[in-house]
Amino acid sequence: MSNQPKGAIAGLGVTPMGKIYGRRSVDFAAEAIALALDDAGLQKSDIDGLLINANLSGDMDVRAQMTLGFENLSLVNVMSAYGSTAGSMMQYACMAIREGLAKTVVLVYADAPLSASRGAGQSYAGPHRYPLGGMAGLRAAYGNFGANAEYAMAARRHMHLYGTTPEQFGTIAVGQRKWAQLSPWAQMKQPMTMEDYYNSRFIAEPLRLFDCCLVSNGAVAVIVTSSERARDLRQKPVNVLGYAQCAPGDNLRTDRHPAVETGAKRSGEMAFRMAGITLDDIGTCQLYDCYTYTVLVTLEDYGFCAKGEGGAFVADGKLGPGGALPTNTGGGQLSGYYMWGFTPLSEAVVQARGQGGERQAPRNDFVLVSANGGILNFHSTIILSAQASGG
Amino acid sequence: MPQAATKPVPIPDDLSAPFFDGARDRKLMLQHCSACDSWSFPVRERCPHCFAAKLTWRQASGRGTLYTFTVMHQVMNPGFASAVPYNVAQVDLDEGVRMVSNVVGTGNDALRIGMKLEVVFEDVSDEIRIPKFRPVAG
Repeated sequence: MSNQPKGAIAGLGVTPMGKIYGRRSVDFAAEAIALALDDAGLQKSDIDGLLINANLSGDMDVRAQMTLGFENLSLVNVMSAYGSTAGSMMQYACMAIREGLAKTVVLVYADAPLSASRGAGQSYAGPHRYPLGGMAGLRAAYGNFGANAEYAMAARRHMHLYGTTPEQFGTIAVGQRKWAQLSPWAQMKQPMTMEDYYNSRFIAEPLRLFDCCLVSNGAVAVIVTSSERARDLRQKPVNVLGYAQCAPGDNLRTDRHPAVETGAKRSGEMAFRMAGITLDDIGTCQLYDCYTYTVLVTLEDYGFCAKGEGGAFVADGKLGPGGALPTNTGGGQLSGYYMWGFTPLSEAVVQARGQGGERQAPRNDFVLVSANGGILNFHSTIILSAQASGG
Repeated sequence: MPQAATKPVPIPDDLSAPFFDGARDRKLMLQHCSACDSWSFPVRERCPHCFAAKLTWRQASGRGTLYTFTVMHQVMNPGFASAVPYNVAQVDLDEGVRMVSNVVGTGNDALRIGMKLEVVFEDVSDEIRIPKFRPVAG
């Protein structure tokens, strides 16, 4: 069975994360790219492709190439499917490399929404974010701001249909905090008990503070090249064996239920077929976790358990340290750092290389990465492995 | 004493004017496509189902069921500082479209997914009135 790699990750750069004030997104991006080049053993002049993930702050556009000082690129663009973009960037980088459009492509996400003068919860909020014209104004008049309310409503629907409980969401949050304590990159290091989870304030019922992701200043850069070229570089290549997108959209028709049936299903099926492996081969998952609920519903839609059984599936703590399915081993976005799809992607590289140290998953032959954007509108899947193929 | 922030008031644009004009007359107006016989929401220029260029405004029944809801505690906009905890709800209208609104006339604790709802209209300024929903009596 020949499932040849689509490309390989040769370098990873992760800056310090969190409340690091007074720096622009593009400066974090420069730091992350420098770290990734060093990690890969590459020179800046080796880079001929740059894909930039548009961020929520809106300050990473294509002119970042000039600020970053890249010259003579043969591939450059800004991409956005919100949090799902990391997966589509990986696809387009690998395809471009296979097509001969570029040899070595940097993928970068950077954002710096946190400032000392306002709370993290207001980083992406405030009146300036909410226009009042037309239907957008109607949304504002109902007090429906940001993603919290929408994901809360999705989680509530799931609880109603399947009996999913806050305890099960809390198990995910507590497990990921344990992982975060083992990661040098994670923002949240203090222990969290289930009692702490229940004591965290409601943001949008049923979601509590500890159901919600962090906000981070920082950047992640990943260097993608061909699988062949990656073998000559400093790090053990992490091969990209499969990838797929699924964007379910939402026409707001009452006969569809994108809140509880996500793009992970189709995206996962396509990516696994491409990689030539099955769920049983996956040793560790790095799943997009803007909220605890996102992890739960993604596991269901990938098929780790039946639809509606995600709560029972996670309840025994199998996602946490020592569990049967180590998931979000860097703490994820809940307790690690919030870099959209680059949070799961970055930790997946660490795990596939076997560089996780205390948090290393025992089985890392195949690593499953998900990314999700909008209100479960966009989904991407990547399957990574230090092995040369899934066959 | 500092003046309390007010809740955001929508500013109708050309596209949404029939919706807000209808609400002022206490009618829930939605767009309907005669080419593919389907309703759509929110307001847009052409049918999202078949791309027909012309959508017709029709009065909806104003009846629906509660699909899901949240009770908001985080103050994301200063106009809602004194409103928390308030609900935001998705209402499945009998016409087959799902819209976000608020459920009024009952406590947040009494909200139940699947409960029958009907439209009511609330003034948010002297000029603007918006549709909300309340439990159907009985």
